[in-house]
Amino acid sequence: MADLETFRAETRAWLEANCPAEVRGPRDGDEDYVWGGRNAVFKTPAHKLWLERMAERGWTAPEWPAEYGGGGLNREEAKVLASEMRRIKAQMPLASFGIWMLGPALLAFGTEEQKQRFLPPIVRGEIRWCQGYSEPGSGSDLASIQTRAEDRGDHWIVNGQKVWTSYADKADWIFCLVRTDPEAPKHLGISFVLFDMTTPGVSTRPITLISGKSPFCETFFDDVRVEKENLIGTLNRGWDVAKALLAHERTMIGAMGDTGVGRPLGQVAVDTLGVDEAGRLDEPMLRARIADYDIDAAAFRLAMERVGDQVKAKQAHPAIASMLKYYGSELNKRRHELAMAAGGSDALEWEGERSKDGAAARDWLRTKANSIEGGTSEIQLNIIAKHLLQLPGA
Amino acid sequence: MPLILTEEQTMLQDAADGFLNEQAPIAHLRKLRDSRDPDGVSRDLWRAFGEMGFAGVVISEEDCGSGLGAVEAGVIAESLGRTLTPSPFMGSSVLAASVLKAAGSAAQKAWLGKIAAGEAILSLAVDEGPKHAPAKIMTRAERSGNGFKLNGAKGFVLDGHVADALIVAAQTDDGLTLFLIDPQTPGVAVERTIMVDAHNAARVTLTDVVVDADAVIGLAGEGQGPLDAALVLGRACAAASLVGAGDQAFRITLDYLRTRQQFGKLIGEFQALQHRAAHLFTELELAKAATLAALQAIDAGRPDAEQAAGVAKAKAGRVAELAVQEAVQMHGGVGMTDEFDVGLFMKRVRVLNELLGDAGFHAERLARAQGF
Repeated sequence: MADLETFRAETRAWLEANCPAEVRGPRDGDEDYVWGGRNAVFKTPAHKLWLERMAERGWTAPEWPAEYGGGGLNREEAKVLASEMRRIKAQMPLASFGIWMLGPALLAFGTEEQKQRFLPPIVRGEIRWCQGYSEPGSGSDLASIQTRAEDRGDHWIVNGQKVWTSYADKADWIFCLVRTDPEAPKHLGISFVLFDMTTPGVSTRPITLISGKSPFCETFFDDVRVEKENLIGTLNRGWDVAKALLAHERTMIGAMGDTGVGRPLGQVAVDTLGVDEAGRLDEPMLRARIADYDIDAAAFRLAMERVGDQVKAKQAHPAIASMLKYYGSELNKRRHELAMAAGGSDALEWEGERSKDGAAARDWLRTKANSIEGGTSEIQLNIIAKHLLQLPGA
Repeated sequence: MPLILTEEQTMLQDAADGFLNEQAPIAHLRKLRDSRDPDGVSRDLWRAFGEMGFAGVVISEEDCGSGLGAVEAGVIAESLGRTLTPSPFMGSSVLAASVLKAAGSAAQKAWLGKIAAGEAILSLAVDEGPKHAPAKIMTRAERSGNGFKLNGAKGFVLDGHVADALIVAAQTDDGLTLFLIDPQTPGVAVERTIMVDAHNAARVTLTDVVVDADAVIGLAGEGQGPLDAALVLGRACAAASLVGAGDQAFRITLDYLRTRQQFGKLIGEFQALQHRAAHLFTELELAKAATLAALQAIDAGRPDAEQAAGVAKAKAGRVAELAVQEAVQMHGGVGMTDEFDVGLFMKRVRVLNELLGDAGFHAERLARAQGF
């Protein structure tokens, strides 16, 4: 315990000295995220510096082993780091599917060589990853994917199409589910492979969403050569890797419901709508809805913490990620509905400086995908019913 | 501190669950209710609670208690929620013990040993109207001779009609003050109120009740601190009881979904029910996390403990309410019968929701604390 307090004091001092002012406080919008990669974009030089300083310590991936570039922190230390970052409202230095999704799967299923090769560049934000899972005919029924990988001795030739590939047009590499045995039952003929998005035959086409933005792409594979050494886990057992990775993806999406760093919704509403003589938000029904939301959001944050502790203590069922995904994504949608109500007609502006090109409305619309991507809310409820509640026929 | 029980706390949980399932399952509640037991609680069971070390869980060892903390009290409260056992635990071991621990004189603290032994029952009288409103206490205590004269009316006083002593919150010229009062004192009238859940409560009327100065707990005008401490612990423990009752109703319902057949199928096969059960499971996990976090915050003496207890009480209350609605609905017609237990859970949860502030009360406070 004394060690932990020493760690807290040191961490606090280091963050104070090293976290630039520009990366403290709520983000202006999704554009503030640092995603890294070969074509990394930084809003300010301070954002770049913040990434470099944090990556240096492995604190972009605090709990990964130090031998792969991670921070090597234990869970309690990682919690201290997170709480100290929250304290000064430090933004996360790197947003990364490599850290949130691929890395944990590599740690569990990768060979030593693969871990050495792929993990350190993820920690440093040098390679940006995207995820090739869904296909036009395979949404909720993900295991029905049709993208084929044909065996050519030392490599495969991949043909097919992915969809909803987040930031495929900006990513350097892809982790991808391909069918390596078309004869086997659907779950048993899938493999999990990695390849460079600059490989000949890979092309992407952004999809415009209701937010007017294009975070997702269609991704096409036309005779793409993939080396056999880039297979993760066992041939035809890629579904096991995919499921483990999905659990991390679901936790990540669920975590969007944790709004610890953002400005409290009630205060946002007070700024726009004002208060009555008693100092209460001048919209009593909205006030009540926000207060109810705050209670659920606080309880959700604690549930995430508890699940993390249960995982560490080996008391957690793997399917528990579905619970966080389900609740967190629904909560995030609710938050943005309330934010829109709090903004009133101001929040409806779609263009122009005043609204930052409709940031509030576009963020609101973006959240509607939260309960679809990574498995719909209905799929999560199915998983909870089957694996956690053992209900019949589920 | 990880948000899971330690090994010792898990052992305590097993012990409490085991003891209550054995000694005071739901049949115990039914027996007290159906026999119109005049006490409404079993004195023998209360003594056994003392022998197990449960009754004195938060009382220090020097005062003959177990010297444990809020988390342990919550563990016991959750077990009591699962078996719906009528017990002086909340009124005596949590609320009264908390007040006396914080501010009692040496003579007043003698009660702590009797609570820990399961020999004494004490009641905290705070509420005055139909809703919990500790900021609006109207009961007055005027200086009189070398003591005070009290006038006022209290309601929802847990175990009030069987209490060996009452702790009464009243306004004096110095501010809010807590009094330890013998219910036999002239002018004290106690009316047992038979409640929907068949647990104990009473109305207490104080008419020109004269007490000595040594009836004051702590100092006159300084009752707010110890009262708040008791209310915070009480809310977190009530949240734990709500989690216990809600989770138990859910478990009973899951068993029903796995065995009841209609249309030639187990009803648990229907997705309409599966999704509702899965949603409820998720909500219960949130309530458990919020409750444990609040109990831990109290033990750690964290400044946000009061707010954490409010979040826990509100969340556990809402979730338990959902759990019992779903329990009755998914049981169908039999859920409406007195013979099936799920209705008893619905009644108990309604009472626990009103106890020490409902979800609306705590949401309101949270909004104010956050400046909106």
